[in-house]
Amino acid sequence: MIDLSQVKKRSTADIAKRIVQDIPDGAHVNLGIGQPMTISNYLPSDREIILHSENGLLGMGPLAQGDEIDEELVNAGKQPVTMLPGASLCHHADSFVMIRGGHIDICVLGAFQVSVKGDIANWRTGDPKAIPAVGGAMDLALGAKKLFVMMEPLTKSGESKFVNECTYPLTALAAVDCVYTDLATIAVTPEGLVAVDWVEGLSFEDLQESSGIELRQY
Amino acid sequence: MIQKISSSVTEALRDITDGSTILISGFGGAGLPIYLLDALVEQGAKELTLVSNNAGNQGVGIAKLINAGRVKKMVCSFPRQPESGAFDDLYRAGKIELELVPQGTLAERIRAGGAGIGGFYTPTGFGTELAVGKDTRVIDGVNHIFEKAIKADYALIKADKGDRWGNLVYHGTGRNFGPIMATAARCTIAQVNEIVELGKLDPEIIVTPGIFVKRVVLVGGKS
Repeated sequence: MIDLSQVKKRSTADIAKRIVQDIPDGAHVNLGIGQPMTISNYLPSDREIILHSENGLLGMGPLAQGDEIDEELVNAGKQPVTMLPGASLCHHADSFVMIRGGHIDICVLGAFQVSVKGDIANWRTGDPKAIPAVGGAMDLALGAKKLFVMMEPLTKSGESKFVNECTYPLTALAAVDCVYTDLATIAVTPEGLVAVDWVEGLSFEDLQESSGIELRQY
Repeated sequence: MIQKISSSVTEALRDITDGSTILISGFGGAGLPIYLLDALVEQGAKELTLVSNNAGNQGVGIAKLINAGRVKKMVCSFPRQPESGAFDDLYRAGKIELELVPQGTLAERIRAGGAGIGGFYTPTGFGTELAVGKDTRVIDGVNHIFEKAIKADYALIKADKGDRWGNLVYHGTGRNFGPIMATAARCTIAQVNEIVELGKLDPEIIVTPGIFVKRVVLVGGKS
């Protein structure tokens, strides 16, 4: 295994800021539960980026604090949130029309595995004791115009999450456009995975070897 | 004269029978018709099939019905929640059925049921384990799977305000599944925080027209 101890990895905040670089002014964006939600802390004030929450809110603001808290106004993670001026509410079918009808520009999800063809596995590990729960993942993965994945590049046991074929249950086929990890930004292209950028102190060869799959340089 | 206001939650749920299929609005706690669910536990109907985004947690709402042994089957997108032990334990013991549905497909199946559509083709889920046994079709070069509409005997929903014709408006993201579930059940029962006189709800902002609602019952707040 590659010794990555000398490499300065991106923090979660760094990954979030890197993703923000790829979100243009005027984009309608859905942020998945967990790490992707933290991206909302780094949205720049000079771009208008509209956040969509699958439970029927477009124009979502920051988490609600103190008197702002309304238990009937929550995000996809069921945390109380606020609404920005211009926000709108809709029912669930309309909210998923936005997702499934290709109206959401960018969705950011976490993942257990991403394949060289852009297949994504992110909703269950196949552990028979775990309760299966899919939520909006399958709709978002296919419906958004672009799917970004924010993930650790390795499992806890050190295996690469980049694979030739997903071994975990699939969320969607050929859906991922770009993966952002603590080591690199990796685009999914018809010719396979392409390393767009990677952290200082890491050679392309080491990135390639740690990824366990074939990468090309941008 | 049309009078859809029920005098109590007990009265509103009087005719729910064993084996009913019931749509229940809510996304976590937001929009969950908690007073109707408590009353359904009291009412006693069993062998129920419940259709809802989640499967209840913290021992309240749907979890209370599951704990009371009333639920035969859950149709939902996300049963796993903090303290969702009521469902988890029965599921692992094989004592409750689960039909897991992607959230957008769940919403659209309910919408189709309310719109008189038998089903539809969608790309969501194609090639995954949730597509097993479903018809597939290539439309404009894209793989789709067939999903059947959902219709139900009852819908229990939460709205903010209602009138005696059954017109409803909602609050915040508590709206979620309410408006579509109202259309897909033979009998829709809405708990509301406030009952207003006919004509007081602005026709421009009514979300659920009264035709979709059979009973409205005031809970908690003012009348």
